[in-house]
Amino acid sequence: MLQLILEQTLNGLQFGLMLFLLAAGLTLVFGIMDCINLAHGSLYMVGAYFVAAATQAADSFWIGLGVGVAGAAVLGLVLELTLFRRLYQRDHLSQVLATFALILIANEAVRAIWGPAALLLNPPEALAGPVEIGGFFYPAYRLLIIAVGMAVALLLYLLVARSRVGMWVRAGAANREITESLGINVRALFTAVFVFGAALCALAGGLLGPLLAVQVGMGESVLILAFVVIIIGGIGSIRGALVGSLIVGTVDTLGRALLPSLLRALLPADAASTLGPALASILIYLLMAAILFFKPQGLFPARA
Amino acid sequence: MAEALLEVSRLSRRFGAVDALKEVDFNVTAGEVHALIGPNGAGKTTFIHHVSGALQPDSGRIRFAGHDVTALSMHRRVSAGMARSYQITNIFPGLSALDNVALAVQGRNDAGSSFRFWRPVGREAALFDEAKGYLEQVGLQDKGGAAAGMLSHGEQRALELAMVLATRPKLLLLDEPMAGTGPEESARMVELIEQLARRVTILLVEHDMAAVFRLADRISVLVNGQLICTGTPDEVRNDAAVRRAYLGDHL
Amino acid sequence: MALYRAAPWQKPLSLALLLAALALPTALSALDQAFYIGFATRVLIFALAASSLNLVLGFGGMVSLGHAAFLGAGAYVAAICQQAGINEALIAFPLAMSVAGLFALVVGAVSLRTRGVYFIMITLAFAQMAYYLFVSARSWGGDDGLPLNGRMTLGGLPLASDDALFYAALLALVAAMALFGRLVDARFGRVLQAIRENETRMEALGYPVFRFRLVAFVLGGMVAGLAGALLANLTGLASPNLLQWTQSGTLLVMVIIGGVGYLYGGVVGAVILLMLEETLVGFTAHWHIVLGLLLLAVVLFAPRGVAALFGPARSDEHG
Ligand SMILES: Nc1ncnc2c1ncn2[C@@H]1O[C@H](COP(=O)(O)OP(=O)(O)O)[C@@H](O)[C@H]1O
Ligand SMILES: [Mg+2]
Repeated sequence: MLQLILEQTLNGLQFGLMLFLLAAGLTLVFGIMDCINLAHGSLYMVGAYFVAAATQAADSFWIGLGVGVAGAAVLGLVLELTLFRRLYQRDHLSQVLATFALILIANEAVRAIWGPAALLLNPPEALAGPVEIGGFFYPAYRLLIIAVGMAVALLLYLLVARSRVGMWVRAGAANREITESLGINVRALFTAVFVFGAALCALAGGLLGPLLAVQVGMGESVLILAFVVIIIGGIGSIRGALVGSLIVGTVDTLGRALLPSLLRALLPADAASTLGPALASILIYLLMAAILFFKPQGLFPARA
Repeated sequence: MAEALLEVSRLSRRFGAVDALKEVDFNVTAGEVHALIGPNGAGKTTFIHHVSGALQPDSGRIRFAGHDVTALSMHRRVSAGMARSYQITNIFPGLSALDNVALAVQGRNDAGSSFRFWRPVGREAALFDEAKGYLEQVGLQDKGGAAAGMLSHGEQRALELAMVLATRPKLLLLDEPMAGTGPEESARMVELIEQLARRVTILLVEHDMAAVFRLADRISVLVNGQLICTGTPDEVRNDAAVRRAYLGDHL
Repeated sequence: MALYRAAPWQKPLSLALLLAALALPTALSALDQAFYIGFATRVLIFALAASSLNLVLGFGGMVSLGHAAFLGAGAYVAAICQQAGINEALIAFPLAMSVAGLFALVVGAVSLRTRGVYFIMITLAFAQMAYYLFVSARSWGGDDGLPLNGRMTLGGLPLASDDALFYAALLALVAAMALFGRLVDARFGRVLQAIRENETRMEALGYPVFRFRLVAFVLGGMVAGLAGALLANLTGLASPNLLQWTQSGTLLVMVIIGGVGYLYGGVVGAVILLMLEETLVGFTAHWHIVLGLLLLAVVLFAPRGVAALFGPARSDEHG
């Protein structure tokens, strides 16, 4: 039992860190540009496809990951320059419609290019097996994801909390007009943030590819989880995104793993078997509702 | 002395490092025009926000017409008889001037429920007749059909006043009603407020000192979130602290 | 935006269209195209659902991205009713509306405390929660959904024939449009639109803004629930896919294409989108790409929707 909890906690941590890669870019786009981007999940999907395709072509996961992430960054750049730039000043409804359109296009384009079946993405061979930590075995590849996730989270934190660009970004999230009036090139800043967000998406997509299936529609479910993360953490806050990601990642993973057996111990068998999975699947949403009830602005509101 | 219609006690509010309001004790007597003056950034608008219920104080109490309204939301305070205008004109720019005022009439408790789903408002002549009356009071009787956003700045200020009046308040909270209007429009606004003052209690925030000294029965001075003086115009004029705060100008 | 006012030609035009709709099943049968009666019913049902969203979005200014949850809830209530032996629509449909309305009440009570991007994400998240709930509900079919054993009866008359269901859907749509048409020009509708224009001012005029919004949100949810119950009868299945957020997105697209805040925006949008789908699917399996590009074009070049292209359905004058 203890081992299960430990293992699931690590899984939750790993999932949470990947969510953070997605939510970090998204929360900045929401916070700074006040722009809702439903297509963020599509960048994640397309990024995963890029990585998978490049890995197949180069026959190396690492090269594939690098090329895929770079490709997604370029795609992000093109999208920002051609479309998103025009959307920032528009109302939320137009943003919803336009980015919803992007999802339709992305899903269909991926299906047209790579076909409806899921792509296979293998982890690098050296990491394919399990390693022993503290008396139990855990997949080496998952450990790698945790390590990369932590490194990126740390990097992002330093970037946003310590660097000058990060200061602009935080200022932009807190008050866009004032930042603009300070003569900071907000346009270029927006582009940079967007491209960076796209690259992080592809990184998450590529890293998760070997664990989950690389397939059409993979972006949507994860997008909504990223939304939940941002709602919990507070729009525009990197710290909120990190805390929210870890909460959502662990609660969701542990809930799915432990709640059914927990309920079986408490309730009659058939009630537990109907209630367990249902409750586990909506746990994070209940959590979100509860947090919203007490803190409508999320845990770490960027705007005072 | 007549009873206090509005009683604010020890009202405090911080914005980050700024003490926007510090332990403000303040009251408005029924029937008076009470002017609140002070330099820019003194906290006058913040004070109005707290009295009207747009913001919640960190501490302190607000009593209105004998009831504690500190915890009440803005719309409940309006129902209780408070109405406000904004420093930056706050109307429905896309709606006609008449619709702007008709909505204000419709929102009143005695105008009946607004949860009516079937009867066209066009058939409720009373609503529009009354609204026209308020437009006339502020001199906009010919502008009823125009989109509010297309009116001149002065006309928009007048329209907002008509909307505020249409709620039939006991207490009017006016935040710089003359702000940004020309001399002619200002003069008309002063006259209008003078007329209104006979019927309704007014808390007036204003920068135009000539207007303040002409209209006010009492004046309070707010500086850096602190109320430094309350008294008749003469008392305030001769108050040393006020003179210091204003460095002699205006007064 | 100004308050909504029907253009003078709107009434005669909608009456003419209603007459045409009444004759449609007969005409299609005569032309040997009876297959399309089912399609027309689908259009009516989605017109109903999109119009209910238009009340919330267009008139209430609430960008809800979870409206399909109420559609799906209505569909499930119909299917569950039948499972429980209730086959009469006069009982099942009001029940579907009540459950959907109750659900909307809960969702609205939490999400309407927030604004802007937050509101969009929260409605989306709640809808997704409902989706997962139904997916994991094994006694209601889980992933596969809950099938109906044939259609219900309406006041004892069977809806089994395509004609009957078509007329039932038409009746529902006409009733809803009549209600919405009156509502937007009645006190409630004017308050709702004024809140959309300037929330603070309404609050400062003494209106309990939250309550008005919530009532509109619940009303929209109820009508969507009715649409869901009809849809379950049409397709013979209450599927969790109905609650998917992409479905909410589709409803949103319908309203935007048709014209946000125009009384018939939802109807126009449903007709256009479903006809477009029906046509494009014949040409390419990847019709979503075409649709996506069209939507981008709408956003960039016709931001007020198609209904806005036809004359001034708004007027700044009143009475
Ligand atoms: N929402 C707010 N957040 C932070 N500071 C505020 C806010 N509103 C007002 N302030 C600050 O409070 C002080 C008082 O402002 P205000 O009430 O507008 O002054 P006045 O109306 O007397 O000119 C100012 O220093 C202003 O910067
Ligand atoms: Mg001020």
